[in-house]
Order: sequence, then C-alpha cells, then structure tokens
Amino acid sequence: MTYHKRFDGRGFDEIRPMSAKVGIIPRADGSAMFKIGNTMALCAVYGPRDLHPKFMQNPETGILRINYNMMPFSGHGERVRPGGGRRSKEISMVMQNSLLPVLNLKDYPNAVVDVFVELPQTDAGTRCAGITAAAMALADAGLEMKDMVCAIAAGRVEDKIVVDLNYLEDSHEDGCDIPVAVMPNSGNITLLQMDGEISREMLKEAIKKARDACKKIYDVQKAALKARFAQRE
Amino acid sequence: MTEEIVVQDKEIVVPGEKLAKGMSFLPGPGTYRDNDCVVAQKLGMVSVEGKVIKLISLSGKYLPKMKDKIIGKVIDVLMTGWRLDFNSPYSAVLTLKDATSDFIPRGADLTQYYALGDHIVCQIVNVTSQKLVDVSMKGPGLRKLRGGRIVEVSPMKVPRIIGKDGSMVQMIKDATKCDIVVGQNGLIWLDGDPSGEVIAVKAIKKIEEEAHLGGLTSRIATFLEKETGQKVSAAVQGGAQ
Repeated sequence: MTYHKRFDGRGFDEIRPMSAKVGIIPRADGSAMFKIGNTMALCAVYGPRDLHPKFMQNPETGILRINYNMMPFSGHGERVRPGGGRRSKEISMVMQNSLLPVLNLKDYPNAVVDVFVELPQTDAGTRCAGITAAAMALADAGLEMKDMVCAIAAGRVEDKIVVDLNYLEDSHEDGCDIPVAVMPNSGNITLLQMDGEISREMLKEAIKKARDACKKIYDVQKAALKARFAQRE
Repeated sequence: MTEEIVVQDKEIVVPGEKLAKGMSFLPGPGTYRDNDCVVAQKLGMVSVEGKVIKLISLSGKYLPKMKDKIIGKVIDVLMTGWRLDFNSPYSAVLTLKDATSDFIPRGADLTQYYALGDHIVCQIVNVTSQKLVDVSMKGPGLRKLRGGRIVEVSPMKVPRIIGKDGSMVQMIKDATKCDIVVGQNGLIWLDGDPSGEVIAVKAIKKIEEEAHLGGLTSRIATFLEKETGQKVSAAVQGGAQ
C-alpha cells in the first residue's frame, strides 16, 4: 500500500495555512491565538501572581502552570467530555516541560505564571498549536525568555513521511504521529513524543522536516508579536 | 567576522532574536550574550546606547524596587502594621514605626489610621531576595488618599505618563485641574471635578496605548486642547521638550 496523495490534497511536507494574533484577551497579562488549518488554539497568560495552594510555592523560582482544555464542541461532531481528564493532564504536563527550558522565572520566587490553553476547534495537532500559542502569549506577557518555542507534528502515513498531520492522517491505522517542539534560534528540541511505529531512518527524516516547518511557524509568530506594537498611522 | 548591529534602533524584537554580532557590543537589560552575539531576552523595543544594547519592556508585571513611590491598597491589618496590595505578585508590609510618628499604645485599633480598602501613597524602603517588601510613609507627599479615583495602567508605561521631569503629568494636571498621583506600580490616583477626571482618564489611557510611538507629548497636548476646549499652556509644552 502506498499513500499517493494526502487526504486534503496538500504536498507531503506542506503545512496547513496558519494565522496568528497576539493580544486578543485584554484582561489577561498576555494572550495569543494560533490557527493552523482547522485547529485553533487560544491562550491567556496570567501572572506572575501569588501562588495558592501554598505548598506548591517554590522559594527558589516562580513556577509555570499550564491548563490545556479542548472545548466540548471542538471535535468532529461528537461531544468532547468537558473538564480535565487523564489526557488533558498529560498534555498540560508535556506543554509545561516544553516551555520551561526557555523561561526564566528566577525573579519571581513563590509566584506562579498561569497559562490557559483553550481549543475551540480541533483537527489534530492541538498540543503543537497550544505550545506555539503559549510561547507567543508568554512573550506578550513580558516574561524573560531566551528563545521562542515552535511546535509541529511530523510522522508517517503508510510509506510516506508527512508534516502537520490532520485528524484523518493522525488516526490512520498504519501511521505514526510525532509532535516536535523546537527552539527556533538554537535548534534545540524541547518536546518529542511518538504515537505509532516508525523506522530509524524515517524518524530522522521526519524530525528534520518538522524542524524545517518550525522555521515557517517562527516567522508567523514573529510577525504576530511585532504587529502587536507596530506603528499605527 | 564583521561586527555589526543587525537590528534598527527602536525596532520591536521578539525573544531569541539576534541583535548584534561581535564581542565589542555589550548586552544591557533585557538582553543576553550567546557566544559572540547579543540576543533579545524578552519582547521589547531596542535601544542602542553606544556599545550597550538594551531592551525597553513593553509589557510585564511590576517588580518592587527600592525607593519607588507606589500606591497600595490596605488588604489586611496585622499586629504591628498593615499589609498592602500593590498590583504585583507580592504584597508589602507597612509597620507602625514607618507609618506615623504618633505614639500608638499597645493594643490600639489600627484601623483608625488605615482601614481595610484604603489607598495610600508610600515609598518602598526594602526588598529582600524573596520579595518581602517594606514600605514607609515618611517622606514628602506620602499620605493616605481620600476621595478621587484609581486608574490602573501597565507599569511599563509609567515613565511615559510621568514624562521628562514630570512634564506629561503636569500638563494633564494643568489642563484638567485634577490632582494626580502616579505610582511606579501602575496605579494612578486622580481627584478633581468629574468632567476633568474623565478627560484625565482618557488622556492617561491614550498615553498607555501609544506609549511606544514617537511624538507623544504634542499629540496629548492637542488631545487635551480638543477635549477641554482651552489652550494648553505653552510654558508647560515648552517644559516637556
């Protein structure tokens, strides 16, 4: 079996059309929207602020707390069960781990930075869209970061390597999904997960293509952040 | 390898963006050195001062700094003082000793001096590494605020609201006949007749929105002239430059 043409007619390393906007939630300290194809992530950052419960406070540094949530109507028609679950808890944790390496919260002992990632519409690649939006929102909140973070999924569908899988490809019976988060300037990887099976050579190839795609995402992030404070008139 | 600045002065940069190549440039606040490059550490506006490259923050929370004049709100009354909230991740303590030179007997009701919900202008006298903050009421202009209203702005925009030597806030004061106190923490208290207060609030919000753009003083002067229908005194405008 070979995968000749992608389900939505894209090229094999073509990513879905992206758009981004920063500063969408005036009440938040930082906020951003990132849309890639039919997947849309909204992100609001509050803080640094006082952390409760008190036992979670760390006197050495501020902490990052991410809440990932798919809205009940966000899927493909079937209702997503609202509220936190095993899956959203895990994704919140991996997102936290992928964003912490760039953040410096040493100036904020005992405090917390709360990040809320909401997904009103999903078509696979939600954690990647969430990370991309969260990185923009954290920068918008004026926090110290040594780099941005961009994320995209790469993977395999039958015999082909594809970038930015949509839901049909992600749920394909003979496939593999690899979300990758990259610090675009240093090239370091901050998130690498894999669901499915893939050969060593194809894995290397997939990661390389994900890195290339992240450069395009970085350009979108940069443009959105700069547009926030651009000269009007 | 050539040494050069790769961005323009006053350009908006994002974290991780390369600002300059070469060891002869020095990283200022908001930037760091990565091998031989100077790199942005936050979202901000580039400011080149000779060989030093620094970033002016455009957003962020207030971090308490010694000797800052701030506006705080009493959120708790302690055994020997008051706890203040000042629009930051941390809270400040005002002790009896720093609050007044009156003799206060043991067990006195401290709410007679400052009650819950009162706003006061005070000065930070000490900040520890764990961000425990001590404030004092001893100094010129430090007092309890009675009446008026409080406006909240981003703490990063406060220098623009104050202006050079207080010229901007003086201009608003003169044009709207309001009494204004600007705290470094982004809380602003104003008191005057209602129509003047409304114009002052509008002017402050306009400054906050356009703080990163040039020619601010003249734009605010025209705005105030239009709103108040009076000429904004030239002497004040002259003082702003």
